Amino acid sequence: MTNWTTKPAHAIADAVRHGAVSARQVAQQHLAAIAAQNDLLKAYTDITIDRALAKADAIDRSRARGDSLPPLAGAPFAVKNLFDVKGIVTRAGSKINRDNAPATSDATAVSRMEAAGAILLGALNMGEYAYDFTGRNVHDGNALNPHDRTCMSGGSSGGSGAAAAAGLASITLGSDTNGSIRVPASLCGLFGLKPTYGALSRAGTFPFVASLDHVGPLARSTLDLALTYDAMRGRDPGDPVCMGGREAPVVPELAKGIAGLRIAKADGYFAQMGSPEAFAAVDAVSRALGVTATVTIPEAHRARAAAFMITMIEGAALHIDRIRDRPQDFDPEVRDRLIAGAMLPGHWYVKAQKFRRWYHDAFLELFHTVDAILAPATPVSAPKLDQQTFRLDGQDLPVRPNLGIFTQPISFIGLPVVIVPVWPTSGMPVGVQIIAAPGREDIALRIAHDLERAGVVQSPVAKP
Amino acid sequence: MANSPALDIKAYAAHMATALDLPLPAEYAPAVEANLAVAFRLAPLFLDFALPDEIEPAPVFVADKKST
Repeated sequence: MTNWTTKPAHAIADAVRHGAVSARQVAQQHLAAIAAQNDLLKAYTDITIDRALAKADAIDRSRARGDSLPPLAGAPFAVKNLFDVKGIVTRAGSKINRDNAPATSDATAVSRMEAAGAILLGALNMGEYAYDFTGRNVHDGNALNPHDRTCMSGGSSGGSGAAAAAGLASITLGSDTNGSIRVPASLCGLFGLKPTYGALSRAGTFPFVASLDHVGPLARSTLDLALTYDAMRGRDPGDPVCMGGREAPVVPELAKGIAGLRIAKADGYFAQMGSPEAFAAVDAVSRALGVTATVTIPEAHRARAAAFMITMIEGAALHIDRIRDRPQDFDPEVRDRLIAGAMLPGHWYVKAQKFRRWYHDAFLELFHTVDAILAPATPVSAPKLDQQTFRLDGQDLPVRPNLGIFTQPISFIGLPVVIVPVWPTSGMPVGVQIIAAPGREDIALRIAHDLERAGVVQSPVAKP
Repeated sequence: MANSPALDIKAYAAHMATALDLPLPAEYAPAVEANLAVAFRLAPLFLDFALPDEIEPAPVFVADKKST
């Protein structure tokens, strides 16, 4: 019998469409895998069995009637537990929010995925209030890396990384403020898409830093990223910054290949403070693409600092009442950063936002001469679960804030990024960022798809 | 400059906690102070970067200029 938990979403949808398998069988296989592995991996916090089977049955009935099935028909997906799912409390990785009433409706992203035929399996573990790069959670347990359970999954979308890498969902949705899709994609050996800021609706998600929050998918194939982007795009009055993304779908763009695209490797900041394996991954991708040009992203170190400060201050502003009223109920690592953020001067925040404007304009100048830029996703492959520091360029640095040093300067101005997973001869995977101009998810996806077809990057399901 | 040479992070944290009614019991203080120290170390990187007065902050930020 075919094991559908190892298959990408597009293959599942094709099989369901052609009657090779029922949507119910696919859902049941995934639910069985979750039952077998979730106690260990801590990927899911809520499992929506009844909803999943009801949706699967509806798809099977639709097929039996001869209806044309939507593009993700029968593909199992799950969402970071900051997405509203009707009937479930949106815990956002926290203990405090569990006192809230269950959501009365679904997040826009959930509704749009289901409209595209995908089957929701549940909600996924995450770092508390998304202020995390490790995948650790003191309330729900740590989301483990399925490729080596002694290692971090990466965060804050840690459950999203663990579930997709373990075959407990074909697609997972995460959020990314400073790297929270890209870091777990890198550490768990997945493809990930952080779209252009404002492209995909965040309506019905619990916020972290409104200026920087994005939502997007992690998956085991580039086509699945593209299918998910297309399913989720479109304006939404529920998210005031949502511009709706590209008007034309990206899926048809994938077949165009990379001919004519100008690609360069980021130097300077992005060629320092990383491990040999992180730079080897960028080199492997560069070689495969025939990339020899380099480009300097201006003042990236300042951008990282400004993003760090906006995050501290906006995050503190969001949680100030909870900090005062229930400090004992926070993850201490999160709480103490939020308290510090509440103490910072207001003019720092405004200067950071002014610098953001300058940096945006300076960065976009680069896209007059290149179409895409390659950079490491994380400075290292997955650290050990309880690892507190790592050594980069001779400096011992804390892991938690520094896993995002290469992702923060990119999301700071909302550029679309696709993560591609590179596997060394032995050891754990590490990701490479393919960065494009605003609105050009198609370019980053075309490059990622080309690398995937060439076998340079891949995302196998971890062995149970 | 982001910070005075006389900056005393411990005193700053204690004063701000009192002024802003923030919790700072002894068990929180070292980590809060460590986080503040990181913030004060990073802030000059953008605070000391000269920008024209007229440059517009980006509190509501639109990355997608071209909407291709």
